[in-house]
Amino acid sequence: MANNILEMRKISKSFPGVKALSDVELHVQEGEIHAICGENGAGKSTLMKVLSGVYPYGHYEGEIHYDGSEAKFHSINDSEHAGVVIIHQELALVPHLTVAENIFLGNERRAKTGLIDWNRANHEALDLMEQVGLHENPVTPVGQLGVGKQQLIEIAKALSKDVRLLILDEPTAALNDSDSAHLLGLLRRLKERGITSIMISHKLNEIESIADRTTIIRDGKTIETIDMSEPESTQDRIIRGMVGRDLEHRYPERIDHTIGEELLRVEDWTVEHPTQPGRIVVDGASFNVRAGEVVGIAGLMGAGRTELAMSLFGRTYGRNATGKVFKHGEEIHTRSVSEAIHNGIAYATEDRKRYGLNLIEDVRRNISAAALFKLSKRGLVDGNEELKVAEEYRGSMNIKTPSVLQYAGNLSGGNQQKVVLSKWMYTDADVMILDEPTRGIDVGAKFEIYTIVNKLAAEGKGVVIISSELPELLGTCDRIYTLAFGRITGVMDVKEATPEALMTLMTQERDNTPGEDAGAEENDR
Amino acid sequence: MTGIANVRELLTRNLRQSGIFIAFVAIVALFTILTDGTLLSPTNLTNIVLQYSYILVLAIGMVIVIIGGHIDLSVGSVAALAGAVSAVIVIKGGAPWWVGVLAGIGVGLAAGAWQGFWVAFVGIPAFITTLAGMLLFRGLTFRTLDNISLSPFPSEYAQIATGFQNGLLGGPGYDVFTLVVFAIAVVAYVISQIRARRAAIAYKQTVGATPLFIVKLVAVAAVVMWFAWQLANYRGLPNVLIILAVLIIVYTVITTRTVFGRHVYAIGGNLTAATLSGVKVKWVNFGIMLNMGLLAGVAGVIFSSRTNGAQPAAGNLFELDAIAASFIGGAAVTGGVGRVGGAIVGGLIMAVMSNGMQLMGVEQSIQQVVKGLVLLLAVAFDVYNKRRAGAR
Repeated sequence: MANNILEMRKISKSFPGVKALSDVELHVQEGEIHAICGENGAGKSTLMKVLSGVYPYGHYEGEIHYDGSEAKFHSINDSEHAGVVIIHQELALVPHLTVAENIFLGNERRAKTGLIDWNRANHEALDLMEQVGLHENPVTPVGQLGVGKQQLIEIAKALSKDVRLLILDEPTAALNDSDSAHLLGLLRRLKERGITSIMISHKLNEIESIADRTTIIRDGKTIETIDMSEPESTQDRIIRGMVGRDLEHRYPERIDHTIGEELLRVEDWTVEHPTQPGRIVVDGASFNVRAGEVVGIAGLMGAGRTELAMSLFGRTYGRNATGKVFKHGEEIHTRSVSEAIHNGIAYATEDRKRYGLNLIEDVRRNISAAALFKLSKRGLVDGNEELKVAEEYRGSMNIKTPSVLQYAGNLSGGNQQKVVLSKWMYTDADVMILDEPTRGIDVGAKFEIYTIVNKLAAEGKGVVIISSELPELLGTCDRIYTLAFGRITGVMDVKEATPEALMTLMTQERDNTPGEDAGAEENDR
Repeated sequence: MTGIANVRELLTRNLRQSGIFIAFVAIVALFTILTDGTLLSPTNLTNIVLQYSYILVLAIGMVIVIIGGHIDLSVGSVAALAGAVSAVIVIKGGAPWWVGVLAGIGVGLAAGAWQGFWVAFVGIPAFITTLAGMLLFRGLTFRTLDNISLSPFPSEYAQIATGFQNGLLGGPGYDVFTLVVFAIAVVAYVISQIRARRAAIAYKQTVGATPLFIVKLVAVAAVVMWFAWQLANYRGLPNVLIILAVLIIVYTVITTRTVFGRHVYAIGGNLTAATLSGVKVKWVNFGIMLNMGLLAGVAGVIFSSRTNGAQPAAGNLFELDAIAASFIGGAAVTGGVGRVGGAIVGGLIMAVMSNGMQLMGVEQSIQQVVKGLVLLLAVAFDVYNKRRAGAR
């Protein structure tokens, strides 16, 4: 039996009106990779904030035993000093500073004069970068590197602080598959060096492949800690623990529906990069959506998925967009967002907090935001009608909020996504483009979103789902287009599609120009 | 579901908004005591209205600028230029008084359009655009006036800011007309409140308890009528108060009920989300700056009328008073939050403090220190509130 490097005993933490954690137990053995699973709002992040001193000693109940003695962290500095380093989902890097500057930020390498010794810093940075497998110049500004590489810089930064217990909050959420694989490999190497890792993740297949043990948290309580080496420790077992019920069907049954006439057809759509003229990001894409159909667009990061959608939606991405768009067989233009909206096209963005919602505005006004023209006469908004509309969507979309006057920022991820969907449904769009509609939301809420998608299709709308999760596309779509390096490389009926076949198409490079700089588009947006 | 919100819920939900009213009442009470009641005398109340009206006009425009996520440092210079052009046309050129008024407002609009162009269509941050404008329009003011003051305006022009509507209905020692106008306003207010409440109930919204609603109406009516009584006992209804009341009503409707107003809040709250919701961000930004120019022009006309002339240094530091009024009135530093009513109360807080300290004979230097600290504390309160909300 290995030593426990960390024992969090009977941890409770309350906020006004909410008990976020109650008697949570987390025991982590030295040198293991320990995963923490739970639905959003289960209390995982709160627990990690308790551990890392964001909530200082005295602001929670229970004991933390670290490395054999009780730890009383009063701040992040305390916990880092003890070798506990947390890497948040939103990376804490300064884009305009160099790799080395970021690695030693707050921990600068000083010469005897008190000034920073940059030669030493850059040299040590190079060594740390080698350890995490990052081959870049240490004086490159971080903003020029992709998310995957930035994640590695965060880990290098942790190593520079002599980390013993590394906490990663959703480390692969924003990474593509190869970057994820690299990161997981790195965690294994760190484990060999004796560094213990705690990893919060929603990606169950990753947990299954990398974690030694998994602790499941639900509603602020520890459900169980399972040993992943046992044969019955499967993804379904984890899901069962997370949601407290068997989720035989992760995707709702399709409502019986017929696929009708063609709603939207895009022909030969080509878009250039906004700041690098001549660089083609979307190359001659053609696709169509029919009434009552759910169409998937599968592509790896950097394939141009979001770029395709945003350039179609009022030219909100890129420049020199060319190609034709047809609605009900007639050519339309979508030169501005409002033109797109009035042509019945809706686009729900992938990052709802940053691009989709006004978090300091209430649910009601977020729902009406894209369709004020329906609520106004001669420029005056009918506030009462607006409230009625919001209440209707709160009911029909099952948005869990005490009131539609609640700020959108106070809602959970799943409910925020329902607000975004309500907003677009209220525009009366008949083609809804949903970009990563279930990213960062928990299993239960995902099911609800899929149900809404089904309902939209059953109502005769055309739905386009952009997703990086193949099971999701296979579970919800009728047809799936694959996008690789800006080109549509294929389309498959869901009945014939397999993950392997799709992945092959998603990685198909252009014949004449091999070695395209993949993965760069997504990063410099 | 129709619900009844209790007092506490109403207060806590709008702490940012209700806090400002409580602070206002406290400051009025404090200075009433410190000045032995002089603050609330008929003469002094009338003075406060006359003396700070142009700041309140600027604050209305400024709060909209701030909600949109911008700032405008040039309003003092624009107001000065508006007054200067008006003075040159009327005093030097002999044009009728109303031509001067239109010219002043036109100058404001032109300045607003100029700055709106740079902010909205070229994408220069408003801070820089209006910092440049502050110098630019001040320089143009000096050129227009040849570095000398111009005065006096014809009496009709001066009446805009210094005149009163009174004696129309006579009255023994007090002005009945003023009281009648205010009484009509109060009745209109009560009717509109009752209508809004009925509509709210019809749409099954949460409303305040009935007794509380009545208490609120009675309290507002009593304060307003008392204020009218004080004015009636001096010289009656100031013209600027009428202008101000119209502007407050119009801009409250614009910010709360129009699509344009909603779009201002949307771009201040989340620019990208607003863009992707079909808001024509450039035109909204242009409108915000154009409107600020318009109100700066109005403020310039009122100020030149009040001082009965145009001075090269007129309007100096007006922008800071207007910005302070907006922030004290609950606007958020990062945009997306704020109210016209709040900015007016914020401006009145600044006005009562300045006036109260003047009555007490406090030195100018100390006055500035106090005003600076009040602004700092108001924004600190906003930041603290946000942190408390964010900690959950």
